[in-house]
Amino acid sequence: MNWYGIKAIYIHEMERFRRTLFQSLASPIITTSLYFVVFGSAIGSRITEIDGINYGSYIVPGMIMLTILTQSISNASFAFYFPRFTNTIYEILAAPLSSFEIVLGFVGAAASKSLIIGCVIILTANFFVDVRIDHPLLMMFFLILTSITFALFGFIIGMYAEGFEGLQIIPILIITPLVFLGGSFYSINMLPEFWQKISLLNPVLYLISGFRYSFYEVSDVSLFTSTLTILTILIGCIIFITYTFSKGYRIKD
Amino acid sequence: MKNILEINNVTKFYKNSVKALENVNLNIKEGEIFALLGPNGAGKSTLINSICGIVNFNTGTIKINNMDIVKNYRTTRKMTGIVPQELNLESFETVWNNVNYSRGLFGKKPDHNYIEKLLKQLSLWDKKDNKIKELSGGMKRRVLIAKALSHQPKLLFLDEPTASVDVELRKDMWDVVKKLNENGVTIILTTHYIEEAEELSDRVAVINDGKIILVDEKDKLIKKLGEKTIKIELFEPIEKINGNLSKYNFTLDQTNKIISHTYNLNSNTTDITELLNDVKKDGYEIKDINTEQSSLEEIFIKLIKENNNELVRN
Repeated sequence: MNWYGIKAIYIHEMERFRRTLFQSLASPIITTSLYFVVFGSAIGSRITEIDGINYGSYIVPGMIMLTILTQSISNASFAFYFPRFTNTIYEILAAPLSSFEIVLGFVGAAASKSLIIGCVIILTANFFVDVRIDHPLLMMFFLILTSITFALFGFIIGMYAEGFEGLQIIPILIITPLVFLGGSFYSINMLPEFWQKISLLNPVLYLISGFRYSFYEVSDVSLFTSTLTILTILIGCIIFITYTFSKGYRIKD
Repeated sequence: MKNILEINNVTKFYKNSVKALENVNLNIKEGEIFALLGPNGAGKSTLINSICGIVNFNTGTIKINNMDIVKNYRTTRKMTGIVPQELNLESFETVWNNVNYSRGLFGKKPDHNYIEKLLKQLSLWDKKDNKIKELSGGMKRRVLIAKALSHQPKLLFLDEPTASVDVELRKDMWDVVKKLNENGVTIILTTHYIEEAEELSDRVAVINDGKIILVDEKDKLIKKLGEKTIKIELFEPIEKINGNLSKYNFTLDQTNKIISHTYNLNSNTTDITELLNDVKKDGYEIKDINTEQSSLEEIFIKLIKENNNELVRN
């Protein structure tokens, strides 16, 4: 293993995060605060509790998931697309790095950034509501696994994007709607039966549900199904990346 | 001298079925400076990128230090460094971080003393904390060289190293290249500046339309394909070339005072002593004699023209 190479990519990417620390952290903090104002205060005054949990506290796991998903995707996609755009990718391609090591460096950094942001959101949420974490290890398991999985997904977007617009299409058109419709701010039990069934087709629902369970021991679907879903997405991303790399990852051809 | 690089029957097609390289065979000796000449789109960069692992080639083998670059990519890539044609750098990073990043990518543990020495050697030490965007074009080119040398490669590829740099800087770069070579680095450079190849290289290859059409030592090439012109200036103008001079295919300039004869350096058809004696025998007084040898550029143009004509015929 080229550990120095992996470390170089990782540190290089984290350095970019450090350089833009204010933008990186200010955005999720402000967004979280706004969600609390809009959803927590305005809507929360009408929906006091869901499954016995205060509404403001109930939406915290969903908000974290929303940010983790979008940040993991955007960090990883941008991190890999940017050197392609500036042509500095030549150096990574010419280095004695396996495709696995390249992915490890980029995805590791993107997932780390998301984890930091996730922790910042938990801290921010504490200023507005009481946040209880019943199963901290399980919470970390979901947080880490989701960060890695969606960083891998972002990496795929970074490999395939043909322009900066391409980086935005999937997060905006697919991920954000799936998160909003995946029970981030409500329980699917509040929906009519038909829409409940439709919601079960949304994979993000399972992630949010499992993650929420680690906080308050309440969930829309079983913990096993949630874990299975995230692992399936993870394996799917790994297979897709492996396939793309075997074909010269659209850059070497 | 042993071969540090062996390229055998390498062919490369791009996605759109464009053949970029066709059965390329080439050996590079350890310690030499090798120039790869060719017009734009001839396949120079594709060949270098194939060797360095930046693009995949379709068929053939490439060996560095007798090791296959696909099977032993970790070992072989550690031995190579590449300076790309364009100034591809992370603008917001400092010189220091950029160069150390490259060293890390190539699997070498940090060595700040070596990087310091390298930056000093390339006159970049006082710019080490500057961001790339604050540097001039020449400085950026040096940073690219520093990055390529950060992991102490044995084989350095310079893809058009002096493209779009001014004359002064070009000479400066040449000095850097010569110094690197003196320190034991084998250098392969692509260029379309013939004077660059003429100034730096030991051997030259000409590539056109993805095929290597010639490989030879630079001096031999000039000698083999080069032409020399002898220009004899006479005191008095002459009307017509006749007498003993008619056997030399002399041409007469507009002033009717300078007669020129072009001959191939490799052929023994022209005896200069005899030629000068013939001029004297015909009663002409010589005012001055001047000789001009064809440059690598003229040879290159001639070769490419011949090759293109052949391609059209086929």
